[in-house]
Parts: sequence; structure tokens; C-alpha cells
Amino acid sequence: MVQAINTTLRRVPPLAIYIAGVLPLAWLVWLLFSGALGVDPVKRIEHQLGEWALQLLVAGLAITPLRRFTGVNLIRYRRAIGLLAFFYVALHLGTWLVLDIQLRWAEIWADIVKRPYITVGFAGFVAMIPLAITSNNESVRRLGAKTWQNLHRLTYFAVLAGAVHYMWLVKAWPPEPIIYLILVIFLLATRLVPKKRA
Amino acid sequence: MRNRFNGNLKWSDVTPKAQWMNRRSLLLGAGAAMVAGQAGAKITSVPSAYSTDAIPNTFEEITTYNNFYEFGTDKEDPARNSAAFQPDPWAVQIDGLVDKPGSYDLADILGGVTLEERIYRFRCVEAWSMVVPWVGFELATLLNRVGVQPSAKFVAFETVVRPEEMPGQRQPLLDWPYREGLRLDEAMHPLTILATGLYDEPMPKQNGAPIRLVVPWKYGFKSIKSIVRITLTDTMPITTWNTLNPREYGFYSNVNPKVDHPRWSQASERQVGGGIFAPRVDTLMFNGYEDQVAALYTGQDLTKDY
Repeated sequence: MVQAINTTLRRVPPLAIYIAGVLPLAWLVWLLFSGALGVDPVKRIEHQLGEWALQLLVAGLAITPLRRFTGVNLIRYRRAIGLLAFFYVALHLGTWLVLDIQLRWAEIWADIVKRPYITVGFAGFVAMIPLAITSNNESVRRLGAKTWQNLHRLTYFAVLAGAVHYMWLVKAWPPEPIIYLILVIFLLATRLVPKKRA
Repeated sequence: MRNRFNGNLKWSDVTPKAQWMNRRSLLLGAGAAMVAGQAGAKITSVPSAYSTDAIPNTFEEITTYNNFYEFGTDKEDPARNSAAFQPDPWAVQIDGLVDKPGSYDLADILGGVTLEERIYRFRCVEAWSMVVPWVGFELATLLNRVGVQPSAKFVAFETVVRPEEMPGQRQPLLDWPYREGLRLDEAMHPLTILATGLYDEPMPKQNGAPIRLVVPWKYGFKSIKSIVRITLTDTMPITTWNTLNPREYGFYSNVNPKVDHPRWSQASERQVGGGIFAPRVDTLMFNGYEDQVAALYTGQDLTKDY
């Protein structure tokens, strides 16, 4: 079964992930122009982009435990998933800056400094910048595999920041942010399971 | 009227005098109020000097973008999930420190009041705003009719609890019923209205049918919907959001650009309804009603009494 999945996946190039990954954005743009985003399209766009980014981050985080505990190997797609996550986080931030807060810089800086959920979300974005920049073979070579891998552990912080950012901004206790946060904590906890020595 | 032929008629089924008097006045062309809740019935109202000259949002915008957790937490949920809700018949229990407590039929409440169109700015605590042409009457009119006793200092309100008709209430999102409250002077202020319609339509279900509070200088959550109980009391009443998070939602919750919500700024707001380029504007003190209401809070530190 696992073998069959891995064999089939060998025929799916990572490029397919990039293509599939921008389809949601195209769909969102189409919804916008067809007027289907309702009375406040800005919030819908902002939240949707943020949620997709978080989903991609969670997906990226799931790849290692999936391989370790089931044998299904998706490691070849992890870079695409990570870069797409960064792409959606950047669009999410851009939507906030341009369409939501409308480049009122005084309020923007005040929010980043004073609003914990924005501080955390922004920190998550900043943490992803070096990861996006070094998501290429050249960078792996230059930094050396060990350093590169240590650097990319920043992902753990970025994903956690994303989930906390979501949890922190909602009113009352809707289920979605709680589910994401539990999922992220679970996926991070799998890293703590001691490896059996071969 | 559904019970007309089955012999189980109650006194509440008798058309109240005020209502059939109203029918006459309508026939006479006097332009008096129609009872909300009659499907398709248009409401007539008179204009008010308290209306803003800002351009109202469209009926569609006002009725498809709502915070009414009784029907779900998404803005579209109230319009989507409120079909089963029955706002007719309706009665409001008025009790506490009043001379004439009792259960008042909606038609009785509306009898004798002149419905006014009040075009108000509406500012949500989530930093978006709309302009809504409410139809309603001053809360003070009703309170004066039932007789407020001198010891009363506050007014408490409760929303109906009907989980079978309100899917949001089947989840413990909030501690149902939704509760709100005002200080008596706030309640008696002429800007404070009980609204029974918007544009010339009876109050849509998703906007708080058949009768709701509108306090335009406070954040929207103070304007409690689908009211079934009004209690005059001498102690500050329990209010839903304040109970849930007292640091974030104060009893007063006046619109104030200088007092931020702990998690976000209240300095500005987005005027929703303008599509993707809905403008963000500076939020005004007391939502622009400073001249009318600032005197209510003389001597109060609004950073403490937020």
C-alpha cells in the first residue's frame, strides 16, 4: 500500500504542486469579480488567504511525521508547499496592509507593536523570509545541509505563530482556530518522539 | 389568526384595540404605523431630525452582513440560518422597578407610537461600520408608558432563547440568553430607539426581528436583538460580552477612537459596502454623536468606564 503510493507519486513532479497551489488564488479572484465575496470582500480575501497559508504550513509540518510513522514519502513536495505557504502569507499580509488598514503607517506600526495577535502573526511572517530565500538547492549547498536544516527549524516557530495568531484574533470560541492549534501542537509533538536506534 | 377555527382562542388572539384603531387610521390615510412581522407589509414612518445625512448602505448589504451569533458566527449565517425563526406572535416581558409590569404584546407596544425613520451610523466593535435607515421609536416612550420607578438606575435586556429555531443557540458559543444593559439616562436619551424595521420593511429576522435596541453611539453589540424582556433595576446588569471578557468589553462600550480594544485599534474603521476599496476613515468620538451624548458622561474617566 505505502509502496504503491510512493511509486505512484514518483510520476507526480513537484511542479504539479505549484500549479495546484495557485488555483485557489485564481478561484478567489474569480469569486471577487463575480461578486460572490459578499458585503465585505476585503475581510473574506484576508481571512481566506490566511487560512490557506495556515493549511499549507500544517501540510508542510505533516510531511516528516507522515514519512516516519507511515512510510509515505512526500518530502519531494515540501519545498513547493513551503514556498506556496510563504506566497499566501505574503498575500495575506499585503491584503491587510493595502486593502484593510490602507497603508496608515502610524496605525500599522502601532498594531504590530501593541496587538499581540498582529505581533505574533508578523513575527511568523518575518521568520519565513529567510526560509523562502534559502528554499533552493544552491542555498543548501552553500549553507551546508546541517546549517540549512537548523535554519529551517524556524518553520516550527512560524507555524505555531500562525496558529496562535488565528486563535488570538477571534471573538468567543469558534472551533476552527482551536482545531488548527491542536493539530500544530500535535505535529510538533511528534518531533519529540525518541528515535529508536537502528 | 391561525387558531381562528379551532376553538382554542386565547385573549392574546383578540386584536388589540390599538391595532384596530391603527387600521382605521391607516384607512384614513393618517400614515400611522403598521405592525411589524406581517409578511410583505410596508411600514410607514416619519423622518427625524436625528438622522444623519450620510448615504445608507443598501438593504441587501444590511441584511447579509450580520453579527447575530444566535444564528451562527459567520456574517452570512444570520441571513442563511434564520428561515425557521418565528417573530410573530411576539411579546415582551417588562418587569422590575416599573409601575405597570407585565407581558406586552408587540402590537400593544406599537399602538400609539409614531414610527420614525432614524438613519444612524452603526459602528461594530470589530472596526467596520455601516449606515442604517432604522424604523423605530424612542425607548423612552415605552419606559414612560410602563412607569419607571424612582429607584431604577439601569435597564436590562434579554434576547429570546429558541434553540430549535436558532441553530447558534444549540452550541455554547455564548451563555444564552444574550443580555445587554444601559444606564437609565442612556436608555432615556432620545437617540436610543427600539427599532422594528429598516428601510420600509419590517425588521428582517437576521437583523433582530421583530424588535431590537439601537444605541448609535455605542458599539453594535450593545444594540441587542429580538428582545423578549426588559427589566428596570437598581444594579448594573450582567451583559453577555462583558461576562465573557470583561477586559475587552466594558459595560458602557461607547465608541471611542482613543480607547482601544485590547487586541485591536479602534482609531479607524472600514466603511463596508464599498466593495474591495471600501474606505477606511477615522472613527469619531461617540461615533459622531458627541454633541448629543457627551454630557451623559461628564466627570467619568472613559478609559476606566470603557
